[in-house]
Amino acid sequence: MSANTPTVSKTAEPLPPPTERYSVVRWLHKNLFSTWYNALLTVVMLALAALLVRGVLEWALTQARWEVISANLRLFMVGQYPVTALWRIWACVALLAFLIGMSWGIWGRMQRGGAVAFGALPFILAIITSDEPSRVALVITGIAGIVGYALSWRWGAVVQRVSIIGWILYFPILFVLVSGLDAADSVLPPVPTNLWGGLLLTLLLTVVGIVFSFPLGVLLALGRQSKLPVINWLCVIYIELIRGVPFISVLFMAQLMLPLFLPGITIDRVVRAMAGVIIFSAAYLAENVRGGLQSIPRGQHEAARALGLSPWQTTLLIVLPQALRAVIPILVGQFIALFKDTSLVVIVGLLDLMGIARTVLAQPDFLGLQAEVYTFVAFVYGVFCYLMSAFSQRLEAHLHIGR
Amino acid sequence: MSANIPSTTDPIIICRDVHKWYGNYHALRGITMEVRRGEVVVVFGPSGSGKSTFIRTINRLEEHQRGQIIVDGIELTHDVRNIERIRMETGMVFQQFNLFPHLTVIDNITLAPIWVRRWTKAQAEEIAMQLLKRVGIPEQARKYPGQLSGGQQQRVAIARALAMQPKIMLFDEPTSALDPEMIKEVLDVMVELAESGMTMIVVTHEMGFARAVADTMYFFDQGRIVESGTPDQMFSDPREARTKLFLSQILSH
Ligand SMILES: Nc1ncnc2c1ncn2[C@@H]1O[C@H](COP(=O)(O)OP(=O)(O)OP(=O)(O)O)[C@@H](O)[C@H]1O
Ligand SMILES: [Mg+2]
Repeated sequence: MSANTPTVSKTAEPLPPPTERYSVVRWLHKNLFSTWYNALLTVVMLALAALLVRGVLEWALTQARWEVISANLRLFMVGQYPVTALWRIWACVALLAFLIGMSWGIWGRMQRGGAVAFGALPFILAIITSDEPSRVALVITGIAGIVGYALSWRWGAVVQRVSIIGWILYFPILFVLVSGLDAADSVLPPVPTNLWGGLLLTLLLTVVGIVFSFPLGVLLALGRQSKLPVINWLCVIYIELIRGVPFISVLFMAQLMLPLFLPGITIDRVVRAMAGVIIFSAAYLAENVRGGLQSIPRGQHEAARALGLSPWQTTLLIVLPQALRAVIPILVGQFIALFKDTSLVVIVGLLDLMGIARTVLAQPDFLGLQAEVYTFVAFVYGVFCYLMSAFSQRLEAHLHIGR
Repeated sequence: MSANIPSTTDPIIICRDVHKWYGNYHALRGITMEVRRGEVVVVFGPSGSGKSTFIRTINRLEEHQRGQIIVDGIELTHDVRNIERIRMETGMVFQQFNLFPHLTVIDNITLAPIWVRRWTKAQAEEIAMQLLKRVGIPEQARKYPGQLSGGQQQRVAIARALAMQPKIMLFDEPTSALDPEMIKEVLDVMVELAESGMTMIVVTHEMGFARAVADTMYFFDQGRIVESGTPDQMFSDPREARTKLFLSQILSH
């Protein structure tokens, strides 16, 4: 088409969208200084923020005694877990890095910047750390992640299958490695759960809570929709009963009642805490999933039934996938809350990250260092919550193509 | 008219004195209808006259409470196996398309053949692609329903129903939710289907379609069949005053 086309052209060529010209000055003006009171607000907030940051930095860099963290780092991470068995934890971490690497390569190719940052993390930590075995383990972890990522670029289809199987097998493997085997062999001697602690215990409680309460919650939600009165009532009673009491009392009940229900069998304290977490979380999950189930229009059921799908097929293939997609943000929010709530197991005498923080503060060498210890603990919790929510946003974006 | 197709006299659908209540509301008040193999039936009538209710009783999306419905020799009773067999033989197309938004076009079409008919994925996909060609949108196979226009979505819905290789196709106002320029592309597919000899019951107010391919037209009002006949009879010389009035209303605009 020539340059001087008439304004009304018959063959309208598609034009690229106008590019938004981005300038710092314009952004500042639009967002921060658009009116006089906006400008005033901006200045005041900046001044306050500067004061706050200065105060915190001054404290963190000159006054804080961070040696309380470095001296107890292993305690914070794994509790009393024996040093001779630490390699098993590292093996879990390296395997996790490998799986994340593969999955990232398959499903997250767009986020290359994030992949680089994530891949570099173990090596940066390896440089910082002063402990030789940890350094070796961190380097191995980093390499495992990179290898997984590289494999997925080369053999995508195979790796996709391997990584799915890997994720499913990961949890049993994790458990065998962490808790060991009871057999007489000496490769994986059992580590009693009273030695588990710190971040390790917090994460285990969370992972077990999520992995088991999720299917249980979905079943309860489906049961609550059931037309069979007995199933319906049982589910309603369970859900309302658990939602009617605080988490702490569920934890206590699990500690005290489970042994009464199952006499003769001694159930480990950590396992009882896990049961409490699962029981509690499932009831809330069920309600959230039910919300998703109800949001699916009737026409979806009808179309599926008209095609000859059975009620079960309709639920599993049509209704549940859509319902779960609709509630991903809520579910992840609940998982984040679950992660933080596990800190309540201190009440029943377990030493998770929060429990360790308390014992560290009781050490005579480090009395009165609450600020340092709790800042560190908050930082660790914050990092993991951020990762969970970032993952959920990626997942949502990935699943909403074509909506 | 699908006169070139030999339609045998033995009926594939028999409805005898079918009644249906919603609570106290008497929605179907004695519907009697026979549909021959290869026959194209058009059902029309005012809003709330029970057209959707009737067509939905045929594949048991609604349960009738009195009377008899027999589809291809199988009577609709509470027997779940009978219902399943009848659903496998009847395809349904809805006003709101009701595609599965979380599945691609091709997965929408192959889902039921794979899970209900137990075909292999390759087999099902091959037939799905043939059907997509037939409805004119093979290039959309890997898209999601939300990425298609209304007319394209409805054509996918038709392909999805046809993939089960039904003997009967039910259409409940398939073009009512469409913009005018998309109505034709869907009607073209339906005309082609009618001419291929498919037994069809179509609830529609598209009188051009009825005139072109319908064998019999039924006028519904207040849960009853007021009048039935060939399109010629209906358009040139309706017996009942109500039919005349309704036709003049929908033909006038
Ligand atoms: N699920 C239901 N519960 C109660 N009443 C219903 C239900 N479905 C339909 N009805 C009523 O039954 C009557 C017939 O409804 P139906 O949907 O069959 O009419 P229709 O002829 O298809 O109308 P339209 O042209 O508006 O689609 C209406 O009065 C409607 O209000
Ligand atoms: Mg209707």
